[in-house]
Amino acid sequence: MNYWPLLGIAVIVIGFLLRFNPVPVVVCAALTSGLLAGIAPLTLLALLGKSFVSSRLLLLFVLTLPVIGLLERAGLREHAQRWIGQLRGLSLARLLMSYLLVRQVLAMFGLTGVAGAPQTVRPLLAPMSEAAAEKILPALTDADRDEVRAIAAATDNVGRFFGEDVFIALGGVLLIQAFYTQHGIELSPLAIALWALPTAVAAFVIQSVRVWLYQRQLQRRAGDVHAPRKG
Amino acid sequence: MLRVEYAYWLIAAFLLYAGLRHLRERQGWRAAFWLLLGLLFASGDEVLAQQAAGNELPSQLAGGGVILLALLAPRLRRVPHAQDVGSKTRRQSALRLGHRLFVPALLIPLVTLLIALLGPHLSIMGYAVFAKPQLTLTGLALACVVALFAASRVTRAPMQDGFFEGRRLLDAIGWATVLPLLLAALGQVFTESGVGNAISGLTSAWLPTGSALACLLGFALGMVIFTVIMGNAFAAFPVMMAGIGLPLLIQQHHANPAILGSMGMLCGYCGTLMTPMAADFNLVPAALLELRSPYGVIRAQLGSALAILAANVMLMYLLVFR
Repeated sequence: MNYWPLLGIAVIVIGFLLRFNPVPVVVCAALTSGLLAGIAPLTLLALLGKSFVSSRLLLLFVLTLPVIGLLERAGLREHAQRWIGQLRGLSLARLLMSYLLVRQVLAMFGLTGVAGAPQTVRPLLAPMSEAAAEKILPALTDADRDEVRAIAAATDNVGRFFGEDVFIALGGVLLIQAFYTQHGIELSPLAIALWALPTAVAAFVIQSVRVWLYQRQLQRRAGDVHAPRKG
Repeated sequence: MLRVEYAYWLIAAFLLYAGLRHLRERQGWRAAFWLLLGLLFASGDEVLAQQAAGNELPSQLAGGGVILLALLAPRLRRVPHAQDVGSKTRRQSALRLGHRLFVPALLIPLVTLLIALLGPHLSIMGYAVFAKPQLTLTGLALACVVALFAASRVTRAPMQDGFFEGRRLLDAIGWATVLPLLLAALGQVFTESGVGNAISGLTSAWLPTGSALACLLGFALGMVIFTVIMGNAFAAFPVMMAGIGLPLLIQQHHANPAILGSMGMLCGYCGTLMTPMAADFNLVPAALLELRSPYGVIRAQLGSALAILAANVMLMYLLVFR
C-alpha cells in the first residue's frame, strides 16, 4: 500500500499548528496528497476544480447576508436584546434549551436548512443570549460576550447533528444503508434511524446541563460582585 | 421550474457586485478575490456539464482558479468592520420599528420550512414549481429573496443598502467563506489518493482483533480521528466500515449492523464538532459572530462533544453485541 499520500494530513496539521492562513494550507495539502498518489498534475487540477464547483451549495449562506445587514443596520440586534431584557421568566439556560429542542426536532424531520448560524444564530439567538447573560451579570467583558455567542453557535450545531440522523431520508442514514446494500446486507432506513434516538436524547441532556452549568457560573460571579455591596 | 442552480447564479451576482465595488474603491486584492470567486460560481454549471461530456479543460481552468484563490486569500486581512450607522441611530430605529424587525428575520426560516413541506406538491399547469434535488436549499435561497423585499419594506431602506451592508458582512467573514468548499475538494482528493485506505490499513494492523471491545473502541476512535482529519463523517464512514466495522465487528464478533452503522456515524459527528476542518460548522460561524478567536466555537463545544462521544460509545457497547 502507498502510504505517501498521508503526508497531505501532515501538511494540514503543521499548517494549522503554525497558524498559517488555512486556505493555501488546504490547497497545498490537496496537491501534496494527489501528486504523491501519482495523480497526473492536469488530472489533479481538474479534480480540484470539479470538486470545488460541485460543492457550491456550501456558500448558500451568503444570500442571507444582505437581509441580515439591512435589518442589523435598522437595529435588529438592539431590539432583540432589549426584548429579552424585558422578559422576566426567560433565563439564558431556558432560551438555549428551548432553541436546542426546536432545532433537534426540526432536524429530525429533515429540516436542517431551516435554522443555522447565518439564518438564526447571528441575527436572533446570539444577541438574545447576550441579553439574557447580561441580565445575570450586567458587566459582561468582551471575552464573556465571545463565549456566550460561541455557546449559542455550539448549541445550534449540537441540535443539528444529533437530530438529523433520526430522519430516514437524509444523507447520513441513506449513506449507511447504501454501504450495507453494496455489501449484501439489506436494512430499511427506519431500522437504522431509530438507533440514533438514544444518543439524540443523551446529546440534548448533555448540552442542556452544560448550558445550565455556564449559567450557574455567571450567577456565581454576579453574586461575588454584588456581595460586598450588600454587606 | 426553480432549481438550486438559480441560487448559485444569485450568489455569483452578489459576489461579482462585491468585487466591482472593491474595484471602484481601488482595493485590488479584495476585488480580485471576490470577482474570481464570482466567476467560478457563474461558470460552475458549464464546468460540470463539460466535465460530464468528457471535456476536462474547463475543470482544469477552474482548478487553476482555485489555486489562484488560495494565493489571494492571505492578502485579505480581516477588517474589524465599522458600522457606518452609529449605535444611537440603531437604537432609535429599534425603538421605532420594534417587533416588526423580527418579521423579515423570521421569514427566512419560515419560508424555507413552507417550501420544504409544500414544495414537492406545488405545480402550475402540470409543471412542478420546484425541482426535487436540494429542495430545502432552493427554498432557503428563495426565502432570502422574499426576506430582502420584506426587510426593505419594513426598514423603508432601498434594497441596494442591503447589498452594501451584505458586502460588509462578507468582508468581515473574508477568506473563511471559501474554506468549506476547499475542504470538500480536499476530501475528494484524499479519497482519490487512497488516504482513507492507508489509514484504515494502519489502524487494523495495530488492533488486537480477538477482543470485541478493542475492535469497537478502534472503530469508534477511528471514526472520530478520521472525521477530525477530513472534516466530514460521511468520508470517514465507508473507510472505517470497510476496514474494521464489516470484517471484524459484524462478521467476526456478530455486531448488529443497524446499530453499528447508526451509532458509528454519530461517533463521527462528535469528531465534526471538534475540528477546524469542518469549517462550515465551526470556523464560518465564528467569523460570522465576529469572535476574536476563529476556534471559539470549537472551544465551546469540545466538552459537549467528548461527553456525547463517551455516552454514545457506552450505549453502543451495551446495545451492539446483544
